[in-house]
Amino acid sequence: MMKKHTISILVENKFGVLSRVSGLFSGRGYNIESISVGETLDKNISVMTIVTHGDDIIVEQITKQLNKLIDVIKVQDLYETDHVEREMVLIKVSPKIEQKSEVLRLTEIFRGKVVDSSQKTYTIEITGDEKKIDAFLELMKPMGVKEFICSGKIAIAREKK
Amino acid sequence: MKISGSEIVLECLKKEGVKHIFGYPGGVVLHLFDHIYKDKDIQLILTRHEQGATHMADAYSRSTGEVGVALVTSGPGATNTVTGLATAAMDSIPMVVFSGQVPTMLIGNDAFQEADIVGITRPCTKYNYLVKDVQELAYTIKEAFHIARSGRPGPVLIDLPRDITAAMTEFVWPAEINLRSYNPTFEGNRWMIEKAAQMIIKAKRPVIIAGGGIISSGASDELRELAELSGVPVTTTLMGIGGFPSTHYLNLGMPGMHGTYYANMAIQSADLLVAVGMRFDDRVTGKVDAFAPNAEIIHIDIDPTSIRKNVDVDVPIVGDCKRVITVLNSVIRGEVSNQWEEIRRAWMRQIDEWKRLRPLSYNYSPDVIKPQYVVEKLYEITAGEAIITTEVGQNQMWAAQFFKYDKPRTFLSSGGLGTMGYGFPAAIGAQVANPDKLVIDIAGDGSIQMNIQELATAVIYKLPVKVAILNNRYLGMVRQWQELFYGERYSHSNLDVVPDFVKVAEAYGAVGLRAEKPSEVEPVIREALKVNRPVFMDFVVDWKEKVYPMVPAGAPIDQMLFDKEAEKDDKKLKLVK
Ligand SMILES: Cc1ncc(C[n+]2csc(CCOP(=O)(O)OP(=O)(O)O)c2C)c(N)n1
Ligand SMILES: [Mg+2]
Repeated sequence: MMKKHTISILVENKFGVLSRVSGLFSGRGYNIESISVGETLDKNISVMTIVTHGDDIIVEQITKQLNKLIDVIKVQDLYETDHVEREMVLIKVSPKIEQKSEVLRLTEIFRGKVVDSSQKTYTIEITGDEKKIDAFLELMKPMGVKEFICSGKIAIAREKK
Repeated sequence: MKISGSEIVLECLKKEGVKHIFGYPGGVVLHLFDHIYKDKDIQLILTRHEQGATHMADAYSRSTGEVGVALVTSGPGATNTVTGLATAAMDSIPMVVFSGQVPTMLIGNDAFQEADIVGITRPCTKYNYLVKDVQELAYTIKEAFHIARSGRPGPVLIDLPRDITAAMTEFVWPAEINLRSYNPTFEGNRWMIEKAAQMIIKAKRPVIIAGGGIISSGASDELRELAELSGVPVTTTLMGIGGFPSTHYLNLGMPGMHGTYYANMAIQSADLLVAVGMRFDDRVTGKVDAFAPNAEIIHIDIDPTSIRKNVDVDVPIVGDCKRVITVLNSVIRGEVSNQWEEIRRAWMRQIDEWKRLRPLSYNYSPDVIKPQYVVEKLYEITAGEAIITTEVGQNQMWAAQFFKYDKPRTFLSSGGLGTMGYGFPAAIGAQVANPDKLVIDIAGDGSIQMNIQELATAVIYKLPVKVAILNNRYLGMVRQWQELFYGERYSHSNLDVVPDFVKVAEAYGAVGLRAEKPSEVEPVIREALKVNRPVFMDFVVDWKEKVYPMVPAGAPIDQMLFDKEAEKDDKKLKLVK
């Protein structure tokens, strides 16, 4: 059965590492839904969060293949682990005059922020997990979404209590 | 004292014990070549094509276990190494290739003879580097050798910009390599090994499938002990040939598409498969869902990604073959009892029955040379004391089937990539590494033309390699598929005009011999072995001959086609179930 997996990968912060990882996915026909890369506290190490999907055998291969890459330090499939996921979107909407207050109200309910506004548009920043973002997007659709951009997902395992 | 990047490269190679480099010069590596000119300890073998250099380095490695080294220039020199790197990568062969690169400042500018070789070779190397600072050079080279030879071995490429070769720095040979992100597992899990031992002891119809991992980990003695201790027959994949003696009574020969009837039948009837150092390639498994349907599988491999990639396994053991089998043997030894012979008697009798029913065979003719006959004669006359390299196609399969290999590192063949043009440069590389051994390339008339220019290398360096061309005037293996599966439509598999290989040999200053009749085969071989020079033996063979048995692509491996002529009682090719 195909399932969505969020995989967190610690890698050496070296030239070419991103292409080694993405090349592995394309070369072996695995799919990348989103990818995000950033530094960690140790500036020699980066963390990549990749969202992919596949059945158990494919995902097992993906994690093994990632582990096999020389520059990969640690691979964690967060599927089985309790974890927090976040992504961020920026949405530019151009509501009709009578919709403006509804846009602001919804933004507040979703704890978003208006980061830019013009006479005709608002640009709203919103963070959350996929469900929250999808829900917000759904509500914004009637408000005249002009542009929409989404960061890759980032994820972190919850500390065991 | 400061020395240049070029000198650092040479110093590092000496520290790694390198004595030979296979290479070809060009603009950006001239500084390095200048230092090679002055160096007394390292010999550079000038090839005639960079692909040749990489296959030579590869076979240098396959025949000795040392890391083979090649050196080429940027751009076209570098791109010419791609096939060699991919060949080595697919077969897990340790090799380090140095490619020149345009000066650091020009990288990315589409400079003259610039190619992004690190980008190009990323998927066909185990690892690769672009050196951007001469201070990192020594460490990089040491790390490259370490990565190439450890774990599951493989080729590594180091791209050297021209300015780095000239830049000066202190030479410091790093004391050790510290790679936190690379720690291959060597010791197998003890509990799993014990479990495997119990399964082997209890199995009624066990088979060992041994692959190239046996050879790269040097585990052939241990494998033999395992087989003998527990009375388990062994089939060796193409890459495993030589890892278990061909003449051993427990040897079943090769499995898979052109495997022996008895190896394939044994696998399909087995209740236990012990797979060691192999990766269930589709040429071995045939239709994977129908592969070894009744067997539990123990899989021992150093590469965790090999396990559960193509087939599901019951007992996975990640570790070095030699170490795992050593422990396995010590467990089994403690349990030896002569009951097993009892338990296995029926199985061994069945296998003998299969062997008797359908041995590897061909139809000898007194009028036309059968290619298999040439291979058999080579074996007979050399008594098996030779390193055999092969090209790809029918020649490769006949070399695997009709020569016998009792020692590891004596059968060098491009298994995973199936690279035509591999065998001849490979023979040269193996001869450089083994000056006192007899090296023979069993070749096809198509493949030999892919790196025929290396005859100049063999002649100039006085490397007395022998090439046995099974000259069928066809891309025989292609023709075989067209005959059997494409309605005898021979689309572009007829080579029409093959060159006069005798004259080609002579033109290069080598010896050329020809046999056109079966009676001439033996004299030609004897003559070739007598002269201490490179020889092309042109065997004009029966072009109709096909490789059997054959499992059609995608069929289960017990559905084999056999030779209708060799099996006189059969009127048609028949499917045996
Ligand atoms: C570089 C390369 N190109 C194409 C092929 C596909 N191929 C496999 S076998 C073969 C025919 C080889 O002909 P020859 O060397 O004469 O060997 P024969 O089968 O006749 O013994 C071809 C074209 C290949 N393996 N390698
Ligand atoms: Mg041919």
